[in-house]
Amino acid sequence: MTLLRHNILSLSKTDQQLSLLLRLCALISALLVALILGFLLSESLPILQRVSILNFMNDPSWHPVQGLYNITPMLSATLLSTLGALLLATPLGIASALFSRYYAPPLLAAWYRRLIELLAGIPSVVYGLWGLTTLAPLVAQIHPPGVSLLTAILVLALMILPTVALTVDAALLAVPAAYHSSAAALGLSRWATIRSVIIPAAHSGIRSGIMLAAGRAIGETMAVLMVAGNVVQHPHSLFDSVRTLTANIALEMSYAMGDHRVALFVSGLALMLMILLLVSMSELFKRKEVYV
Amino acid sequence: MKKLGLLIIILMLSATAWGYFKAKPNTAIEKLTLTGSSTVAPLAAEIAKRFESLYPNVRVDVQTGGSSRGINDTRSGLANIGMASRALKKNESELFSYTIALDGISIIIHQANPVISLDKQQIIDIYTGKIVNWQDVGGNDAPITVVNKAAGRSTLELFLHYFGLKNTQVKPHVVIGDNQQGIKTVSGNPNAIGYVSVGSAEYEATHNVPIKLLPLEGITASVENVRQRNFPLSRPLNLITREAATGIAKTFIEFARSTQVNDLIEAQYFVPVEN
Repeated sequence: MTLLRHNILSLSKTDQQLSLLLRLCALISALLVALILGFLLSESLPILQRVSILNFMNDPSWHPVQGLYNITPMLSATLLSTLGALLLATPLGIASALFSRYYAPPLLAAWYRRLIELLAGIPSVVYGLWGLTTLAPLVAQIHPPGVSLLTAILVLALMILPTVALTVDAALLAVPAAYHSSAAALGLSRWATIRSVIIPAAHSGIRSGIMLAAGRAIGETMAVLMVAGNVVQHPHSLFDSVRTLTANIALEMSYAMGDHRVALFVSGLALMLMILLLVSMSELFKRKEVYV
Repeated sequence: MKKLGLLIIILMLSATAWGYFKAKPNTAIEKLTLTGSSTVAPLAAEIAKRFESLYPNVRVDVQTGGSSRGINDTRSGLANIGMASRALKKNESELFSYTIALDGISIIIHQANPVISLDKQQIIDIYTGKIVNWQDVGGNDAPITVVNKAAGRSTLELFLHYFGLKNTQVKPHVVIGDNQQGIKTVSGNPNAIGYVSVGSAEYEATHNVPIKLLPLEGITASVENVRQRNFPLSRPLNLITREAATGIAKTFIEFARSTQVNDLIEAQYFVPVEN
């Protein structure tokens, strides 16, 4: 069949139609992001015309009803809680994936993986409720008030741990079997194989898993709202109460009017820009693909 | 094939049109516009929903914008009924107000806290950060965790108004959203102090949640005292009209004040005027 065609490199008619359809779908997805950004911009514009953007960084506090709009404490809270959660969850998640893939006995590994999948399926509000009623009182015994940056980091880490573990696990699974047999043929130990063959080969998958987890941590709203304490301030210690950008929107949106409402759209815009920055930074620091 | 498709589309369109004209009632639709307080609006919207199901010819439009807007719109005739989360002021006495529910706020602390009452000045000092240890108000030697509400909430407004505070003066350790979160925060922290709607606090306190409602000015915080209008930290939720209500507006106000909507009022942690 293929031989009858003049040029096997040009697309068949069906392929052309499919390609058109796929291009359309891709365009729509890209357009959606642009539309969201445009919507946020147009909603924030009324206040940005009257209040300088500097007010959002230099005002003494966040009291939108009184016309004070400093959002930097919430930016730092969002960044710190995400970073803290990633620092905890990444090594644990990678270790968990390595354990279930290479060290656990097959039966245990299967059950363990199911458990992690279950952990990934628990709704965030359940984590939040647990954090508020169990974890926060424990933290309060060390240092009041209990709901704090530390509590938020712990709950977030627990939430993104399964995301990291599962994506890393999938990345490890995708490493070709030939790599394993070649390493075995060279007489490498299990750990040496993992360290110098498997992990470099699965590097890009691991990285995208971490990015996915970072995205989930930044966007998490309900759980953080319940355990972070929500006081707008730059944290001076792990035990200080903080408010993230997402929690800010969820807390105040339903009762906000006028400029207050618009100021909340500005914090949404800030969140969006932060995520854009994060994604582009990870693209920038992307290592060249390693082919072992 | 194409013809069949066309036929189906035509059939569907005509069916829709037929259904539309058939559904259109003979009587004209009456419209009722409510504007005002964002505290009353969610309750009014719920009441309106039930009202519309009883009177299919009426459309009720509920808009928020604050009590002052409710008063202004009622005066200018932009709204049939205004909503206000306060009693009428002296210069508004030409308007008619109908109380549909009462809203009360109780100061709550953990049950294990030995403090049994705080006076107004003590509460102000705690919330502005002048008193930071329970020892100074007759409690244990422990730092106070101040729980405040998020900006824009009506509970916050009423609280600040009663104690004569500005939100910028309050030095909170925890900021919460709804009443449930406040109750969970206080019940999980023996050294916390917070404030929530009397209705929800009383319900939780009688259902084994370890919180304690503090009396205010010597008056016990209870739904009954709010209903009797004895409790100082409370306010009426009013519907306002320019003239004595007539017609459909009157029917709506009577419905909103009847026992038929008590469940809706209680679901929003307000107190019905009568039982």
